[in-house]
Amino acid sequence: MEPILTLRKVGFRYGASWAVKGVDLEVFPGEMLGILGPNGSGKTTLLKLLDGMLFPDEGEVLVRRKNMATLKRGDVAKVVALVAQENFFRFAFSVLEVVLMGRFPHLGRLQFERDKDLKIAVNALRATHALELSERSIHELSGGEKQRVLLARALAQEPGVILLDEPTSFLDLKYKKEIFDLILSLSKEKGLGVVIVSHDIDLVSQYCHRIVMLKNGSVHRTGTPDQVITAASIEAVYECAVLVDRNLMTGKPRVSLKP
Amino acid sequence: MNNDLLHKPPLTPARVFRLSLIMILFLLLVGAASLLLGTAEVSLHKIVALVSGTLHPDDPARLIILKIRLPRTILAGLAGFSLALGGVVFQALLRNPLADPFILGVSSGSAFGAIIGILLGFTFSVGIPLLSFAGALLTVYLVLALGTRRMGMESSTILLTGVILNAFFTAVIMFFISIATDSRLHTMLFWLYGDLSQSRYAPLIILAPALIVVSVILFRFAKELNLITTGEEIALQLGVDVEKAKKTCLVLVSLVIGLVVSFSGLIGFVGLIVPHIARIAFGSDHRLLIPVASLGGATFLIAADTLARLVISPSELPVGVVTAFLGAPFFLYLLRVRGSQWSRS
Repeated sequence: MEPILTLRKVGFRYGASWAVKGVDLEVFPGEMLGILGPNGSGKTTLLKLLDGMLFPDEGEVLVRRKNMATLKRGDVAKVVALVAQENFFRFAFSVLEVVLMGRFPHLGRLQFERDKDLKIAVNALRATHALELSERSIHELSGGEKQRVLLARALAQEPGVILLDEPTSFLDLKYKKEIFDLILSLSKEKGLGVVIVSHDIDLVSQYCHRIVMLKNGSVHRTGTPDQVITAASIEAVYECAVLVDRNLMTGKPRVSLKP
Repeated sequence: MNNDLLHKPPLTPARVFRLSLIMILFLLLVGAASLLLGTAEVSLHKIVALVSGTLHPDDPARLIILKIRLPRTILAGLAGFSLALGGVVFQALLRNPLADPFILGVSSGSAFGAIIGILLGFTFSVGIPLLSFAGALLTVYLVLALGTRRMGMESSTILLTGVILNAFFTAVIMFFISIATDSRLHTMLFWLYGDLSQSRYAPLIILAPALIVVSVILFRFAKELNLITTGEEIALQLGVDVEKAKKTCLVLVSLVIGLVVSFSGLIGFVGLIVPHIARIAFGSDHRLLIPVASLGGATFLIAADTLARLVISPSELPVGVVTAFLGAPFFLYLLRVRGSQWSRS
């Protein structure tokens, strides 16, 4: 299978210090890839490199085998969509208007959204179970509803891969599960590549097929949850003592802090 | 749920066209009323006669309408159009619904430029508008440079910087007025508070085409502005060239504000009130907001100027007094009632 995004020996530095160094990574259609690591380990920088918001100082980022640096931003946006961590809408757009904004890269400068774009936006809202919200103002939504709408906007871009930056950090347990279930089913049904940056090790362990664990900007370990989430690797990367056992229902690794 | 929603996009070119047309009709109606109303009585049938060419050439109504009221009404319309347009664009770029050319100090910055021009003896046709434009640009630059931290634009810092610059430029202007000789004093003071009474056709010939060109270019940025209001990161992600959009829009708005201030002085709050009402009535999409708010601004300022002529007739008020009288309480109301919602950056 052809990867959608490929990182080859990618490095990025702020001034003299490397935030990301020597990272090789591929994102395939239909897979859920989790990026874990402590604060300052380079997760956000890596996400921005995947998104093309930053360009590497070393190595290259390929979008379907084309060098990202040679593509127009609008063409990157047709392949890569982002659900940012913080979203604040100053003005009262309706939910449907917000989702239609995802069509921006597909439209000409003065072109209005066509019937076709409306259909895509409506389908995206339906897929994230948010169609009944479409006439509401974005200001009136709860955290979980808003996250579903932002996911719908990302889907309306018709991307090959969706990047999620801490998608559940402001959500309670119920909505966390709802969002992750939703992302997993979308990824399966539409063959979307999904990259999730998160602090929530247990959620990532439950849902992701593959995990990249970063330490000081480099890949400490990569592989399935079983391969990556071990007491030894967590202790080495997060520098605190943990117990790793198995979730009784799913058999996936589970992390508990040692008192 | 409205079933229409699934079949028709919320905004179509036809809708923008239809609503703009309604606003134009409304503007023409208010414009016509402003020609009729005033200290000297002009009856409707005189206007009809004038338009159809049957009015006697020596009839005083001809002079009143063509030489006094018409250029004044047109200037009020163009100025209101520009100020509301400037308000919409500033609010989008700074992501702050309390931004407008007056509050951000851009108007007083260009008044400062214009006063330098008056003192240097420049003419109102070229020199003063140019200095006024330079003053507007300088203020926009200062607001962004001083109000922007390394983290990026923080809305409240920018607004405060604008307020401070506004106070500073106003003080400088008052200083110049204090040292000016008597004959120029009255003109300057009146002009400062927004005076449309001196309007001639000559400045309109500069202002109108400039405004048309600028509006068309700004309209081309409407979709970009929509995305920028939802966050610069997301706008960039979706393919908006944010830097280019920001620079182009700020320079163009400074240009029209500079021109308007040099011809009509400081008229506050139009750029605040009108876009705000337009947002409530028509939503946040700038493809609709830019035309309807601008046309609404034109209508509003013509109405305000007519009021300024009538309130203490046969004497009259500077129009800026009328708009400030309406606008300042409105601003305070917004700050008080909706301020907390906007205090996040």
